[in-house]
Amino acid sequence: MLISLFVACYNDALFPETGKAVVAVLERLGHTVEFRSTQTCCGQMHYNSGYQREARKLMRHFVEMFRDAKIICVPSSSCVAMVREHFPKMAVATKDGTLIREVDELLPRVFEFTELLVDKLGVTDVGAFFPHTVTLHTPCHSLRSLNIGDRPQRLLQAVRGVTLTPLPNYDQCCGFGGTFAVKNADVSAAMLSDKVRCILDTGSEICAATDNSCLLQIGGALSRQVTGVRCMHLAEILACTESDAQSSRGGKS
Amino acid sequence: MNVRVGDAAQAPDFESAAKKLLRDTQLRRNLRHATDIARTKRNRVVEEMPDWQALRESARRIKEHTMRHLDIYLQQFEDACTRAGGQVHWAGDADEASRIVVDIVRSHNEKEVIKVKTMTSDEICLNKALEAAGITPYETDLAELIIQLGGDAPSHIVAPALHRNRMEVREIFLKKMGLKQLGETPEALTEAARLYLRERFLRVKVGVSGANFAVAETGSVCVVESEGNGRMCVSLPRVLISLIGIEKIIPRFDDLEVFLQVLPRSGTGERMNPYNSIWTGVYPGDGPQEFHAVLIDNGRTGILADAESRETLHCIRCGACLNICPVYRQTGGHAYGSTYSGPIGAIVTPQLQSMQHSQSLPYASSLCGACYEVCPVKINIPEILIHLRAKVVAAGESPFSERLGMKAAGFALSGGGRLGFAEGFARFMQRFYERDGKLQNLPGILKSWTEYRDMPALPKQSFREWWASREQKRGRRT
Repeated sequence: MLISLFVACYNDALFPETGKAVVAVLERLGHTVEFRSTQTCCGQMHYNSGYQREARKLMRHFVEMFRDAKIICVPSSSCVAMVREHFPKMAVATKDGTLIREVDELLPRVFEFTELLVDKLGVTDVGAFFPHTVTLHTPCHSLRSLNIGDRPQRLLQAVRGVTLTPLPNYDQCCGFGGTFAVKNADVSAAMLSDKVRCILDTGSEICAATDNSCLLQIGGALSRQVTGVRCMHLAEILACTESDAQSSRGGKS
Repeated sequence: MNVRVGDAAQAPDFESAAKKLLRDTQLRRNLRHATDIARTKRNRVVEEMPDWQALRESARRIKEHTMRHLDIYLQQFEDACTRAGGQVHWAGDADEASRIVVDIVRSHNEKEVIKVKTMTSDEICLNKALEAAGITPYETDLAELIIQLGGDAPSHIVAPALHRNRMEVREIFLKKMGLKQLGETPEALTEAARLYLRERFLRVKVGVSGANFAVAETGSVCVVESEGNGRMCVSLPRVLISLIGIEKIIPRFDDLEVFLQVLPRSGTGERMNPYNSIWTGVYPGDGPQEFHAVLIDNGRTGILADAESRETLHCIRCGACLNICPVYRQTGGHAYGSTYSGPIGAIVTPQLQSMQHSQSLPYASSLCGACYEVCPVKINIPEILIHLRAKVVAAGESPFSERLGMKAAGFALSGGGRLGFAEGFARFMQRFYERDGKLQNLPGILKSWTEYRDMPALPKQSFREWWASREQKRGRRT
């Protein structure tokens, strides 16, 4: 199957390993991955901050770029939520009939990474090996907007060698919230301290998630406090195999 | 028009208010404790309801219908209430509402009123207006009493003294009730409040209440509460005045069936409120012999006019969104600088004031969506927060640096090539901030990021560069 990757702007610049991991997993499962280099951003930051005009432009760019893509894989739950939840309303607001129709046709082709694996490709065991203790953070968008449910858990449970520890208060926001993290940095940091406490209580060495934006926030505190716990996108865990188990040490922290 | 939402127009912005409150360790502890209990109780009684989602949808539809025909239902309420012997007053703004109440009390030559818990009263600053007119208001809701005696402001729309713990309450009672000694148990504190209040219930001739619901069909007013003090206030005095925000109207008496299920379960985590008082006009020989309903606009019709945020008026003030909100849990209600706090306060307060004040409130949210999920009338609070942020931006009132940054980002993100160039530029610039793979003391708005958290440096190669080089190698191979 030909799968078009929308890597997300912040992954492109800050977390290229996540994109590489998605490519590795999908190719290992026998699929072909393409990357359209004209891609940029879903417009979430602009939209959530009230800059609707800029967000609309980015939506148009997104729609145009993936017009003929059969399957679009996005390793970021918040970007998928942006596309699924807000694109339709934004398109309607433009009163542009073509755009409304194109957004309509786009939506069923956009998959969050774990949705793609579990629902579309029907796999939970992707042949990964990862001998570490992991706790799973649930991004608010995957919980309340995408209703991702236990897909990430099921994928992780099928990984050989992994020990999965449940995260208390998993439904509590980590405090990132895009520009909220800098506009209301103090409150954001207070929320983050609750999250870090829960993560440390699990005794895990890795906190995984389906969204690197939460992990930028969580990882930022785990690193600042020299906790000895690091963050990894779920795709990066799924990409690990027995042969590269040795080299998975000392990843980003 | 003089729309007033407590003292919100003069309140400091959310960021600076929150910054201060976050340092109060007692407050933080009280908040964690109280919101944990409220969440647990609410979840228990909501999860036992197999038709919860259907109830929410019913509640939403009734409210949506009512707002669409509010003009008709308001008049219907006026007619029915008048027929039942009540007197209906219309107040365009806060000051007019206060004036109406003061005039009624004065017309009876009374100098005191007893009050049921009402947020609308705080919204219009009624107590201040009464005091200025030489009339003493006595709050009778236990939490409101604590607030009044403590010279404090409510921090929660259902539990106004949620930020206080038992020992703090004891201190306030000891000092303000002129007691020589007072125990520490809940029973001892309740007894002190009871003795203080009972005497006033029997003496004072005018009662003031708010309204949870006002039924258009019958002209009835409904107040729900837990203590029975509200029941005293609406049944013992000779004169009763009810402050009713115009959005509190529901069409039919039967609609209470839905709301008296969703409200207690969402608000106090109870299956039913211990006291549900419903009265219709006056009844000769029983209860107040004079009843006044004051219908208050105070900015509400402005919200009604905005189709995208109209559902703000659906709110039944249950407080579930406050209890679940991870922001409220940290800061408490005072950070919002308004009678209405938490997620609902963040959308109600600025809108009532036509977006002229409290513009920092729509940003007081991480948009996690928990408020929308628990809302018993399904108000999409995150969506309205975004809508209000867009209004701030459209009015040109967002910070200059932010507008500039967003424009620049918009340009950089307008094409793959430009994004690649911007990434390269960022990598060049980051050498001035990088140490051991982390960026330190970032400038501008990012400064507050690096104050609390590490920021990894951008890796040498972006994903798109990796992909391009991989494609190139592949091309060479084939």
